[in-house]
Formats: sequence, structure tokens, C-alpha cells
Amino acid sequence: MQKRKIIRRILDNITEKLLTISGAVTGIAILFITFFLFTEGAALFQSPQVEHGYALYVNSSNPVNTLQPEETKAIFDAEITNWNTLGGKNSEIKIFRIDDAFQIYPESELGENYELLPAKLGEIISKEENILAFLPTQYAPQGTAVKALAAKNIQPKEYFLGKEWLPTATPVPLFGVLPLVLGTLLVSIVALIIALPLGLGVAIYLSELASDKQRRLLKPVIELLAGIPSVVYGFFGLVVLVPIVQKTLNLPVGETAFTGSLLLAIMALPTIISVAEDALRNTPRAMREASLALGATQWQTIYRVVIPYAKSGISAAVVLGIGRAIGETMAVMMVTGNAAVMPHSLMESVRTIPATIAAELGEAPAGGAHYQALFLLGCILFVFTMIISISAEIISKKKTYKTH
Amino acid sequence: MKKQLALSLALCSMAFTTSAQKIKGSETVLPISEKAAQVFMKSNSANKVTVTGGGSGVGISALIEGTTDIAQASRKIKFSERQKLQESGKAVKEITVAIDALAVIVHPSNKVNKLTKEQLEGIFTGKIKNWKEVGGEDIKIVPYARETSSGTYEFFKEHVLSNKNYMSGIMSMPANGSIIQSVSQTKGAIAYVGLAYLNSSVQAVSVSFNKGKTFTAPSVANAKNKTYPVVRPLFYYYLTKSESKVKKFIDFSLSSEGQKIVEEVGYIGVK
Repeated sequence: MQKRKIIRRILDNITEKLLTISGAVTGIAILFITFFLFTEGAALFQSPQVEHGYALYVNSSNPVNTLQPEETKAIFDAEITNWNTLGGKNSEIKIFRIDDAFQIYPESELGENYELLPAKLGEIISKEENILAFLPTQYAPQGTAVKALAAKNIQPKEYFLGKEWLPTATPVPLFGVLPLVLGTLLVSIVALIIALPLGLGVAIYLSELASDKQRRLLKPVIELLAGIPSVVYGFFGLVVLVPIVQKTLNLPVGETAFTGSLLLAIMALPTIISVAEDALRNTPRAMREASLALGATQWQTIYRVVIPYAKSGISAAVVLGIGRAIGETMAVMMVTGNAAVMPHSLMESVRTIPATIAAELGEAPAGGAHYQALFLLGCILFVFTMIISISAEIISKKKTYKTH
Repeated sequence: MKKQLALSLALCSMAFTTSAQKIKGSETVLPISEKAAQVFMKSNSANKVTVTGGGSGVGISALIEGTTDIAQASRKIKFSERQKLQESGKAVKEITVAIDALAVIVHPSNKVNKLTKEQLEGIFTGKIKNWKEVGGEDIKIVPYARETSSGTYEFFKEHVLSNKNYMSGIMSMPANGSIIQSVSQTKGAIAYVGLAYLNSSVQAVSVSFNKGKTFTAPSVANAKNKTYPVVRPLFYYYLTKSESKVKKFIDFSLSSEGQKIVEEVGYIGVK
């Protein structure tokens, strides 16, 4: 007898220790992931604006010393073609890329490992006064008539308030996350506006009005909806929802923010319904009975007694619904068209943060500015979801009914 | 007990040492590699070949990091990528395995069936916004592009848009299949896909690269006789030091049997 007790105590002790360790390990892992996310993201602001390993060079007689990222992009897109728009002379801008050098000089003249390339590039730049050359710093042109444009690092303001997301544009990638952030918020909030009344209605029906038999049939079916992989939802959205939205609203394109919201609403419904239904059913029987005994009808009981009592649970359902919507990736990526523009209306294509990360992280060279910009996007998303889960926590703890 | 452990360890190490080759990269080259790998493994059961997509950029960066043996790419290796290879002391070998023609596609109801390079450039950079500007109906043009990781995206930008950036806010789709799906259900749509993906749910457009003098339709025959201008080579890249490991598969894909697969899949052979 005594022996058994000792063994049990030891076993209990071990279990306790194991639980503590697993808790600690999880905690450390989460902290580590967060730390990794933020350090990778923050490194973006130490990256140069011009593509890594490259610089812009002009002839030293050129009065222009710096170029804004937008200006550089406009030049290389042939939207700005004259130096005088940039405060220079009135002459046409001549763009020069490294590949052009191989067309001017045969490879044999450049040396085996291109060791003659810098001198040749310097020659080209000193000959052409109006040149704007985009060259790798490894082969920086040599010569007295060459001037490198000042290289600035990416500014936080450009990132958080920038309105253009063109991460692979050469020579100057533009990382403006505003359209992505707004796109994510727009799609999620509209999804919630669609899903909330519907979800609440179903929850009330299930908890108050449905017979036992109906509930036993409906509840598993709704929970099944939560188990469908999001890629299946995405495919359904692309093949079914997109054409429906396009035809009924007579739009030029079916891949819009609204389609995404509609799909997300369907996906968020199971969460909202089951959390809200649990909250409604947790209303004590005594309260319902008291209300009915006072002569209230069933409907009056529902909206004057049950819903106010379950308010905190319903708010938690709302917040969890947003959480589900904001982090959804695959389904949204397939139906919103992924155009990185500032959203002006619901009927236009938008690009969300998770879709951007999913689509681009695979290609971004590890450690480059694009990669870091995507990590920083992850940080933004992390902050969003953290705010949401903290508020869900606070709301669900709060007791809102008064006891007077 | 110990014996069992040792045995399982030995088995594990054996599983790792058998020459499993990994091919990764372009979605465009993917059908060739998949089919070739299937046929190749039938006759060489000792060699396992696994093929995954992800985009040309993904493939080449995996090659640099050493997580794949062959990178399949639908564009030439970039200068910056070559530099990175040089820094890590690796040399890379390039094999042209097939030729692909890029078809510009529109909705089947669209009356416009030919476009010049200049018009395409205007459409995809956002300067031409309505189909009536290029001789069609009064419908807004909705250009679709591939994701930025795709070699198709880069090639089209360099070859057709003369290195200009796509209009900001162009619709971008994750794969060739979803582009076809979207174009087939959007009236004003225009997009580009590899010739192999072309089907009857969309309409291919003839293009002209000589200011409208001659228009050529995208087809295998036209690409083969070099009259169709939007063609690109498809590549396999591998590190020179792992040549012995991948040689068998590379040789197979360039053999007459391999090239037959290339044509079956819908591309143009190199031999």
C-alpha cells in the first residue's frame, strides 16, 4: 500500500515536470519566432533603395545628385524622359543597363572575369553627358567623369505610407504596404458585415428555436464547413462565385474585394455560429423561465434577456470571426485578383497581406530587401491578430449583465 | 534491440545515398520534367526523380542554397543570381531543353484578334485602357499577369514591355490554369500563357513585332519556323560539380525520346 503511494507521488511529480517543460518550450518557441520575425523585418530599413548590389551612375557634369525612388521608377518606365523635370539640363535621359555593355563591346574585350569592364563602363559614362547608368557595384565604373548618385536606405515612411507595391521593379523596387493593409482590412471587415447577421441568426435559431432533432442535424453540418480546406473554398470561389458576382452586378471583372468578402463570410460563419451559439445556450435556465413567467413572449425573452446576457460571448464570436478572415490566405488569393492598388471601391480587385506573402516569399532571394519587406508584412499581420486575440480575451472575460 | 537499431540506421542511410534527384522551379517547365521523370524512372528504377514547381526564381535560389539538384527555369539566370553563385564558389551549367511560345489570350467573344508589340506594351503598362482604342468594343481592358515569381512574368516584361514595369495594380494570378479560368469568364480580359496551356475556352491573338506589317498566330509550326516572335528557351540549370549525378536525366531529356515528350506536352523541341 505504502509503496504504491510513493510510486504514484513520483509519477505525479514527473508528469508535473513534463507539463512545465512543455509549457516552457512552447513559450520559448513562440518568443523565438516573434523575435525572428521582427529582426528579419526590421532589417529592411538597413537595405538600400536601389536593388542590392547595384548603384546608379551619371556623368559628373550632371547637376542631379539624388533621385527619389518614384522618380527613378518613372525614368525607367519612360514616363520621365528629360533631365529638366528633375532639375537638370534640358536634354533627354539616356538609360544604360549592364546588358547594353555586352552589345557595345564583344566579351573578349572585357577580360576573362570582366576585369576590364569597369574601365569600359567609365569610358561610356564619360562620353555620354546625359546618361543614367544602372550598374552592379562590383563593376563600378572607373574614371574621373563618373558620379554615383547618393544611395539612401529604405525609409519607414516609404514603407508604411507608400502607395505602390512593386517589389520586383528594377532598378528601384517600391515597397508601399498601404494598399495591402487597406485591402486586408476592407476584405475582412466587409466579410464580417455579411457574416455577422447571418451567423447570429443561425446561432439564435439553433439555441432557441430549433427542435432537438434539427439541432442534432444542423450543428455537425455547420461544423463540417469549418473542416473544408481553404484551397477548396478558393477553387469554389474562382469557378462559382466569381462568375456569379460578375454577372449579377454586371462588372468588368469578377475578381473583386466583394467576392473575397463573400467567400470569407462563408468561411467565417462556422466560427461565429458555434461560438455565439455556445454563449446563447449558456444563459441560465432560471433567467429564461423568469422572463417567461413575467409574461414575456419567446421573442421578447430572446432579445431582452438571452442576447444581453450572452453579449460578451457574441462579441468574442465577432472578434474570432475577424481573426479567421484576416489571416486567410489561399482562398482570398484565388478570388480577389491580387491587384496591389489602393482600394477605392468594393467592386475592384485588391491584394491582401497573407496572399502577398504566400505568392512572393518563395521567389524572394533570402536576405534581400524583398524578403525583409515580406517579413515586415508578417509583423504587421502579427500585430493585427495579436490585437484581435487580446480584445477577444478581454471581451469574453467581461461580465456585462447587471445584478440590480 | 541494438541490432535492430543498427539495422534501421543502416537502412535509413541507404535510403539517403541512393541517387534521388530533385528538380525544382518554373511552372512552365514542370509538365516536361514531370512526364520525363515518369518515363525515365520506368527504365531506371534505381534513380528516383522528384519534381516540384514554385517558379523559376524559387528553383534558382534553391540551386544556390543546395536544396535542389536541377533548377528548371523559363528565363535566363539573372546577373544578380550569377553573382551570388560566384560568391559561394559554385559554377552553373545551362541546358536548353525546349522552346516555348508565349500566347497572348483574350476572351473568346473579343473581336480583337491581332495586336502589335506597341499595343501590347500600352495595354500591360496601363496606357491603353479600353478595347476600342485597339479596334474592339467599348469595354474596359482587364490585363492579367502571372505572379512576380514566375519566369513568364519576367520574360514578358523584358521581351514585350521593353523592360518597363507592368501597370501598378495589375491583376496577378498564381498559376497558368487560373489565368485561363479568369480570362474565359471575364469579357475584357487579356493575359499571356505558355503555348502548352492554350485551350478552346480562350482566344489566342496574333501578334506583330514589326509595327503591324505581318501578324503571326501562336502555334507550334510558327514557333518552329521562327516567324512567331514571342518565344523563349526553357532551361535546366545544374551545378557543374554535381554533373555526374544529374547527367543521366539531362541526357535522357535531350534524347529523341525526351524530345518526343517535350512535343507531346506542347512545347517545341530543340533537336
